[in-house]
Amino acid sequence: MNLALSDEQEFLREAARGALSRIETIKAAREALEGGELPDLWPTAAEAGWPGLLVDEDRGGAGLSAFDAMLVAQECGRVLAAVPLLGLLPASALLQAGGDESLETVAAGELRPAWLPARPPGDVVSGWTVDARVGKHRAPAPRATVDGDGVTFDGEVAWVPDAPGADLLVVVGADESGAPVAGTVDASAAGVEPVTRYDATRSLAHVTLDGAAGRRLAVTEEQVARAWYLAQTLLAAESLGAVEATLEMAVRYAKERFTFGRAIGSYQAIKHGLTEVLRRQENARSLLYYAGWAFDDQPTEFALAASAARSAAGSALDFAARQDITTHGGIGATWEHDAPLYFRRAQLSRRLLGGAGDATDRVAAELLAAA
Amino acid sequence: MDLNDTPQQAEYRSKVRAWLDEHKAQAPEVRGTRAGAEDDAYIDARRRWQGRLAAGGLAGVTWPVDVGGQGLGPIEQVIVGQEIARARVPGILDVIGVGMLGPTIIAHGTDDQKARYLGPMLHGDEVWCQLFSEPAAGSDLAAVQTRARAQDDGSWVLNGQKVWTTNAQFASFGLLLARTDPDKHKHKGLTMFALPMDAAGVTVRGLRQISGEAEFNEVFLDDVRLPADAVVGQVDDGWRTALTTLMFERVTIGLGTDGLGYKEDRFARAIAGDEDARRDPEVRKRLGEIGVELLAIKFTGYRTLTALQKGQIPGPEFGLAKVTTVNAAIAAGELIADVLGPDALDDDEQWAYMISYLPGLKSAGGTEEILRNTVGERVLGLPPEPRLDKGVPFSELRAKEKEASAA
Repeated sequence: MNLALSDEQEFLREAARGALSRIETIKAAREALEGGELPDLWPTAAEAGWPGLLVDEDRGGAGLSAFDAMLVAQECGRVLAAVPLLGLLPASALLQAGGDESLETVAAGELRPAWLPARPPGDVVSGWTVDARVGKHRAPAPRATVDGDGVTFDGEVAWVPDAPGADLLVVVGADESGAPVAGTVDASAAGVEPVTRYDATRSLAHVTLDGAAGRRLAVTEEQVARAWYLAQTLLAAESLGAVEATLEMAVRYAKERFTFGRAIGSYQAIKHGLTEVLRRQENARSLLYYAGWAFDDQPTEFALAASAARSAAGSALDFAARQDITTHGGIGATWEHDAPLYFRRAQLSRRLLGGAGDATDRVAAELLAAA
Repeated sequence: MDLNDTPQQAEYRSKVRAWLDEHKAQAPEVRGTRAGAEDDAYIDARRRWQGRLAAGGLAGVTWPVDVGGQGLGPIEQVIVGQEIARARVPGILDVIGVGMLGPTIIAHGTDDQKARYLGPMLHGDEVWCQLFSEPAAGSDLAAVQTRARAQDDGSWVLNGQKVWTTNAQFASFGLLLARTDPDKHKHKGLTMFALPMDAAGVTVRGLRQISGEAEFNEVFLDDVRLPADAVVGQVDDGWRTALTTLMFERVTIGLGTDGLGYKEDRFARAIAGDEDARRDPEVRKRLGEIGVELLAIKFTGYRTLTALQKGQIPGPEFGLAKVTTVNAAIAAGELIADVLGPDALDDDEQWAYMISYLPGLKSAGGTEEILRNTVGERVLGLPPEPRLDKGVPFSELRAKEKEASAA
């Protein structure tokens, strides 16, 4: 029994924290909201070797596991760093699974891929679906027309993380029979329409594919589904990092702010709110461990573990971001404060990649299917 | 990360499994819904089964070898627990004695006390109960008022009342916290005693719960005389002894939460047969949320175990696991009864007992609110609530309380 970080994983996390500490990510997050340019952190990612995290060593990558990738995502989430991991890592996992010719250049950081999220069928909604522009409705995944080793996609995927600036799109569509087909499409062959964001640290786009042709990836349906659940765990990991940051911020303030002659952290109303953040934080961490372990050792449980982690970390961040503001009082709701930046992160995160509610529903689906 | 056994652990597991395969035919049934605390024949069968488990080395796994234990670590204790669950047989009857009170005696007792008490405790011949809580001392345990007065001949005379005492109706001994010096402040004037439950002046009365079953007892002490050697640890140093028990209580709960059976798969099975419920978004949302919490607890348990294996003692933050489990189980009870309808509240159904049991469990072993205080202070480092009892002699404190409540 060993459910703890290894020395190598501690080192990876420290290295990620170190690399990110050299950039003023929080300042950048506020400036981006004020209309400034969001700094491109791809060079930071490339220098740290993150594009090749999930690529095998013999294809130029680091050959690490999904759990290692989650640790990097967690550090990015702590400081709201706009590192394009959500687009990159599921894309690289699919490229690796399909043994695509672009792997070496992706691992080297010379070619920037972004994955177009597609959600596997569930027990209530059948068929592969994607996020739509409006509301919480789903749209069918782009139509894929296979021609030998090539494939052509038609359709639209809304709210695609990290699509702006990507060179290569890893698209998931469905063929005539409804089966998923993954392929690579040059970004110039697609319509990438960047969208303004409530959380300016997120780079998002609506992507339209109008007869966009590319290479078909030789991947299984299970591998395509795994990319979706991998993305869920990365979003969960980012959220956990953000929860940690808000809890530290709120605890610090609760110790130094006095009312009625007492530090506010001595009041149960504050103390119990913050222990609730801690409780949710640790539950989310345990579920990320579950997801990391399942990815390698119990793949049949990965959908359950990843969905549970997304659900727990998402609700933890929703709660923590509000609790951080509440602990600070009015000052926590001002433009100059950092707390609202995390609140914005929480607000947008819960609505991406199918939404947090969908992840919770998938936990129910998996439990009912196994019952 | 690795959830598998090491080769040594695997070998130990197969030994335990083989023993259970050979002996499980002699085990009494597992009573999943009710404790069976009022059924004498069942309790006797459980005692005999504990004796067999002890003889087979499956009780007192973490106790030192020189007091009859196996001298093994928490991971082996967990392996035994898992294998007992797998074999579908009950575990030991006296979890409180063997898990918490025995280790307290091992830490603080005299050689004579260890020689007298530990063997019969381990084998189920003498069950123990924990006489700590009182009507006015629960979360604030150091407020106990049961009074032990020293006599000229060195013996003690005890008067007072204890409550929430599990197993008192068939226990042979109780580990009892009493006040020996009310003029010291509250944590200082306490002493721990080993009390024979058949001593003159001890009255045990069942305390019925919401379910109708008496899971707990009240224990009344009227001029109960105890010899000088009944003191466990030092006179007026009983708080330190009590803290040892509470530490082992956390370990016992941390290693054994599976026992309550509040599991996501069991709850899912309860509603999976209802086709309408399966597709109902509200039911799915509630089940999903419950599942998330209980899955988190399962893996928090593995993290706790990893820490224990590295020699770390679980801190108060692991108490939050109890908060999560109890609240998720409460939500599950609500959901299941909503789906199954009022039949689920019928006494013959397994869910009725769980639904009735949980409101009390929320406060068991320290209320949720006190637990959050402790975690907030010890884990997050938040400042404590101002206290009015610090440094005040207990006798004065009581007088002040009476004055304030009369005003």
